[in-house]
Amino acid sequence: MSHSEQERDRRPGYERLDGHEAVEGIGSYLIGLGLATLLTIVSFFVARTTLVWQPSIPVALAVLAIAQMGVHLVFFLHITTGPDNVNNVMALAFGVLIVLLLITGSLWIMAHMNQNMMPMDQIMQMQR
Amino acid sequence: MSGFEATAGRGDPNPIGYNRESGHRPHTAEHAAAGGVASKRIVVGYGFWIFLLSDIIMFSAFFATYAVLVGQTAGGPNGRELFDLRNTGIETACLLLSSFACGLASIGAQAHRGSWFYGAMAATFILGAAFIGLEVQEFVGLVARGAGPTRSAFLSAFFTLVGCHGLHVTAGLLWLLTMMAQVFAKGYRADILRRVLCFGLFWHFLDIVWVALFSMVYLMGATI
Repeated sequence: MSHSEQERDRRPGYERLDGHEAVEGIGSYLIGLGLATLLTIVSFFVARTTLVWQPSIPVALAVLAIAQMGVHLVFFLHITTGPDNVNNVMALAFGVLIVLLLITGSLWIMAHMNQNMMPMDQIMQMQR
Repeated sequence: MSGFEATAGRGDPNPIGYNRESGHRPHTAEHAAAGGVASKRIVVGYGFWIFLLSDIIMFSAFFATYAVLVGQTAGGPNGRELFDLRNTGIETACLLLSSFACGLASIGAQAHRGSWFYGAMAATFILGAAFIGLEVQEFVGLVARGAGPTRSAFLSAFFTLVGCHGLHVTAGLLWLLTMMAQVFAKGYRADILRRVLCFGLFWHFLDIVWVALFSMVYLMGATI
């Protein structure tokens, strides 16, 4: 191995994983897989069940979906609160803000426009 | 080393990806001169993360379109009549397991273990391809029933949203094969490992979008 290659391999982020670190990594993915499977099964169960009050089901599904996205972010994408992750978390927070604005804004505006719109049969009559 | 810590502490407290743990490791001259700037691996991951967030914003626009148009069936079939939750469940299992296999593959690549990396990547590919196969089958079935994207605004939005995710997965499968070929041809070089890292992020991101899809489109569509 040349000198420059040795230097490069010592730089943080380029160390080859040893057996212990690899086992640790697999453990994290296994926890993620377990939690994600559990949340998925609960989602599918909630969608079909008649045991709970029906109007609460969409809320339950949304909560379960957000929880599962959190599990994926932490255990699969390794977004943490560690010091090397501050920028990733800030970018994620900004992304979530834009997504919320887009979705709630669209639904809010379109609901109002639907309300203010003349019923379709009346529009049809005016066109005659 | 203490001098390095002090300079890093005086400036921006959170330079991109600055890692306190790695600050204790021996540094090359190039590294120390940059004043605690993160390793290239962390910076590349951050850049790709920004791209993924922009992709999430694009998907959220499609989600908003779908949510606005979900009731506009123009007298045609609605989600409750069209969606087969069993099929959706199998698709979900495929994509979740393929995401897990992709995680194993990225560990295998970092550990420079060939059989592990190739085996896990092959499993990722097979599960991803099974997902795409099921989705294409579902789309063909819908079009054959006269519920194609031209039937109603609801179905246009449905095909756009789910099809866009399917196209992402297809592109991911091509990228996966490229990464296997690059590791095979060039070995576990630092730049190749960074590409494997980005591919892993992309694949896990697709699974996150699918979580939103099966919850908001299929499960809610089948209940409401």
